[in-house]
Amino acid sequence: MIAAGFAALLSHWRYRPLQLAILICGLALATGLWTGVQAINSEARSSYSRAASVLGQDTLQQLQSESGGPIAAERFVALRRAGWLVSPVVEGTLRLGRTRVRVMGIDVFTLPRGAAPLGLSGGGDVAGFVAVDGLILVHPETAAALGDSGLNLRTSLQVAPGTLMADIPTAWSLLKRHDFDYMLLAPDQPAGLAPLSEIAPDLRRVQPDPQGDIARLTDSFHLNLTAFGFLSFAVGLFIVHATIGLAFEQRRAVIRTLRALGMPNRAIVQLLLAETVLLALIAGLLGVVLGYGIAAMLLPDVAATLAGLYGASVPGSLTLRPDWILTGLAIAFAGAFLAVGQGLWRIARLPLLAPAQPRAWAMASRRNVGWTALSGAVLLLAALVLAWFGRGLASGFLTLGALLLGAGLLLPGFLTLVLGLGARTSRSAMAEWVWADMRQQVPGLSLALIALMIALAANVGVSTMVASFRYTFTGWLDQRLASELYVSAGDEAEAEALRAFLAERADAVLPIRTIEIEIGGTPVFLYGIADHATYRDHWPLLESTGDVWDRVAAGNGALINEQLFRRGGFRLGNRVRIAPDWTEEVVGIYSDYGNPTGQMIVNHDRFMDYFPDVPKLRHAVRVPPEDADMLADALVREFGLSPGNILNQADLKRFSLRVFDRTFVVTGALNTLTLGIATFAILANLLTLSSMRLMQLAPVWAVGTTRARLAQLELLRTLGLAVLTWLLALPVGLLLAWVLLAVVNVEAFGWRLPMHLFPVDWFRLLVLAVLAAGIAAAIPAWRLARAQPANFLKVFVHER
Amino acid sequence: MNAKLLALPLVLLTYGALAQGFAGLGTDAEGFSVPEAGRELSFPRDHGPHPDFRIEWWYLTANLKGENGADYGLQWTLFRSALRPEAGEGWSASQTWMAHAAVTTDNSHFSTERFARGGIGQAGVRAEPFSAWIDDWRMTSRAAPGEDPLAALEVFARGPDFTYDIALTASGPLVLHGENGFSVKSASGQASHYYSQPFYSVRGTIDLPTGRLQVSGQAWLDREWSSQPLDPDQTGWDWLSLHFDDGAKLMGFRLRSRSAEAFTSATWIGPNGKTTSYGDGALKMTPGRLQKVAGREVPVEWRLQLAEHDLDITVEAINPNSWMHTLVPYWEGPVTAQGSRNGRGYLEMTGYE
Repeated sequence: MIAAGFAALLSHWRYRPLQLAILICGLALATGLWTGVQAINSEARSSYSRAASVLGQDTLQQLQSESGGPIAAERFVALRRAGWLVSPVVEGTLRLGRTRVRVMGIDVFTLPRGAAPLGLSGGGDVAGFVAVDGLILVHPETAAALGDSGLNLRTSLQVAPGTLMADIPTAWSLLKRHDFDYMLLAPDQPAGLAPLSEIAPDLRRVQPDPQGDIARLTDSFHLNLTAFGFLSFAVGLFIVHATIGLAFEQRRAVIRTLRALGMPNRAIVQLLLAETVLLALIAGLLGVVLGYGIAAMLLPDVAATLAGLYGASVPGSLTLRPDWILTGLAIAFAGAFLAVGQGLWRIARLPLLAPAQPRAWAMASRRNVGWTALSGAVLLLAALVLAWFGRGLASGFLTLGALLLGAGLLLPGFLTLVLGLGARTSRSAMAEWVWADMRQQVPGLSLALIALMIALAANVGVSTMVASFRYTFTGWLDQRLASELYVSAGDEAEAEALRAFLAERADAVLPIRTIEIEIGGTPVFLYGIADHATYRDHWPLLESTGDVWDRVAAGNGALINEQLFRRGGFRLGNRVRIAPDWTEEVVGIYSDYGNPTGQMIVNHDRFMDYFPDVPKLRHAVRVPPEDADMLADALVREFGLSPGNILNQADLKRFSLRVFDRTFVVTGALNTLTLGIATFAILANLLTLSSMRLMQLAPVWAVGTTRARLAQLELLRTLGLAVLTWLLALPVGLLLAWVLLAVVNVEAFGWRLPMHLFPVDWFRLLVLAVLAAGIAAAIPAWRLARAQPANFLKVFVHER
Repeated sequence: MNAKLLALPLVLLTYGALAQGFAGLGTDAEGFSVPEAGRELSFPRDHGPHPDFRIEWWYLTANLKGENGADYGLQWTLFRSALRPEAGEGWSASQTWMAHAAVTTDNSHFSTERFARGGIGQAGVRAEPFSAWIDDWRMTSRAAPGEDPLAALEVFARGPDFTYDIALTASGPLVLHGENGFSVKSASGQASHYYSQPFYSVRGTIDLPTGRLQVSGQAWLDREWSSQPLDPDQTGWDWLSLHFDDGAKLMGFRLRSRSAEAFTSATWIGPNGKTTSYGDGALKMTPGRLQKVAGREVPVEWRLQLAEHDLDITVEAINPNSWMHTLVPYWEGPVTAQGSRNGRGYLEMTGYE
């Protein structure tokens, strides 16, 4: 009995292979997008945590020079002799051929045990490491990129990509240095040592960074990805829900028969559950495979974005990780059961001999429209409350979710209302029928239309955000990159000569000094700049006191970037503590897009008083724009500067915009996929509806309307619904953009952007929506046009 | 003290290798100098380092009593190991240093270690005025001019949970082991240069988590260097230094072998410093009660017999859990001796897996 019942229920799919395919594809797509995003995130995160734990940076305090300069090698020995357990590190970048690498020199003898890297502690070749021209440890990808470098490389998966790790003297000879950047402090220091403030007052302790800069900086990026993955998943779920709902409705006759034959309702529900498990398993596995494909396809772009935006090194290749395979399967199951829940609930409550008529379903659904609209309104209200009172990134995304879902739930009500109004305008019986029939279709199509609405709104929202951002960003680049050339010297002597060389040839040579300090426990980059018209005329200030530049020039005022302003909670007039005996009043706030960290600008001379040892290597050079290229050439040719050390404004802008655009490649790809899924959902619904629609169309055909005319009307109706959906999607999308710009961006990146409107994009999207609906409606309409008259007649034969 | 010759190679094998240089250990000196019989030791020169030899140490153990009457043991060791026969300079110098320090009470054992590269001043040894140091640990001579530099020392070390600061005064001469300081380690001829100063009396302070206490007692300093100390067959050693109540002293060791009988060696030191060396077999060392320490069985009780001096004693650990939780772990702690003579001393056991 059970087996026969199961076979009877499953036979439904045998007669409707397309429906089965749509169901499995829908669930697989939803799972695939979600899993793909998770795979990208977990790949990136694992490489961050690897980077963060290098040399115990996630757990160990560091000693750095208060003045910002390097630490003399003798200081290390002196501190050790005083009993302090410190271990020196030298860091620098090196260009080898065409590859830029970070070099880290370490002392394996004194490295605290927790920081011991790279398999050196486990029987590795320490003697080779500390030998003359010792081993250099690198990630295999870096080794491959370096090719035949002539260096004594040894690969290790424990070294972050792009890093060379070597013994101190080996690193020194690579970097041509003879000092340290910082010292690691072992966690357990002996008792009774002379305090560091007495024996090394010029060194300051820097707290460890348990999460790693990179992980924190990129958090928002990954949350963005996750949100989009979730959106795609939700849209995919609409397909599954719609298809499964229809399948349940269509099987009412079978279910009624099974129950009439004496099968308990509970057994039927259990069989349907078993069917769901089977479907979820198949779709889930397909989805995981699909997700892997999507991740593998997008990862190189994501890796490039992360490298460009945050300097985070993520390998471009994907590792199969059990965690996201399992989450993928789990989400497929969760999705399937979520989609099935309503259908099962209805079946469990269905009266024994309820008529198995689609119309009855439609009528029941109409009553639901009111409730659906009400819950939509409640969600919108929740979105409003969240936007107003919410704090933090998670609340921003919740606002987005509530807004999208609320608007989606309002859609059927909105369509019913508009169509009701439309019906009043009708003059002929035919027109009246068309309006009424459209209304009749709304419940059946509503889920697919909701999916389309969400996809369209997300599209409007995200493209408005990205375009607004790009518009603002381009303008900001023009202000911010006002100098024609940016030149760095290799060392102090070269810098000296460089300034002398440029003095006669440039309008101005503006020094740029920078040091990383800590304000309120977070890293902030402090810049020292000279007073010059370049800054006075161009700097992108958001807020400032009237005499801002005079104050900075006089050395009694500081500018902070928007990130520091928002995160640190500083306002104009607040005093910020820069060093133990140096506070400065905030006199201006400037926008600083694309930079994930806090920044502060003070007068150059004041800066040098406090941090005299900061290398004086970087300069902004003002020349007439037409002379910039010539001067750059001269610097290379006559002065012998390496071309890598000269950046001209145009190149820098181009590079910045390229990074910017690449950042949103992934967003764009996910957006397009979501829209594709929505189209698919409409197609799925129309196809399943078309067979049932025959019953409503047959009488109209019988009174003399041709099949071709009917097919035309079908197509028109679908297009009409698509246009109406787009109409609602537009304001929802703009609201979405506002939330993204004013809430999510502020929380994620620390800047708020002005919103710009791009109506051309909206109409492009309208065309896309009409096209999508048209494609989805074309097949059922074509079928209708070609339907055998006998099929129409059969409707009357089977009339019950 | 053949015993400790093994320490460094083991350390180095585990500690990676400073390791690789010792891969052919025990068979080949690979360009380093080798100990020679008949080479006359000369002081104070030989108190200093011998960088042309592969390994070397300055090894101090002390048996102390607190003002409260309780027993304490104390260890201070500096090992030198050369990566290459060539000297190198500064940060590229070929010498490396490792140090161990420990304090043992009847129920606790505190141990810690340090590492350093040579050439930069973080660790080293200077013969005159004598000083051996690593970080803030030091063993510094405070002997009067003209006196042997090791005749009076100050020794200091600290770890995460202990500090000690002691002053040592020698009341007897330096003692050469084996044949004028040429000490044979195996039947196949491995050897080292080996001398000791076993006549120290000690005063000082120890800081423990329970507080500071004044201590006094006796100490023993070992000096040894070599380049090819091990027979490949030898698996570990048991080494003892004992101060008997009548003023006589005994150094003995037993090298365990995979294929043959253990190889033993001993030096009897009279109260006046007159020494008698005994070759393989004269000293009988029989392991007694085993104790499970750090996951392995270690004999913490021994029977020692030396027929020539009618010696038949039982040596027992004051704290059976005197395990050195260092990168290369081993057992090292104070012992009492009872039987035909009574006394105190130090026991070291390595190679127990």
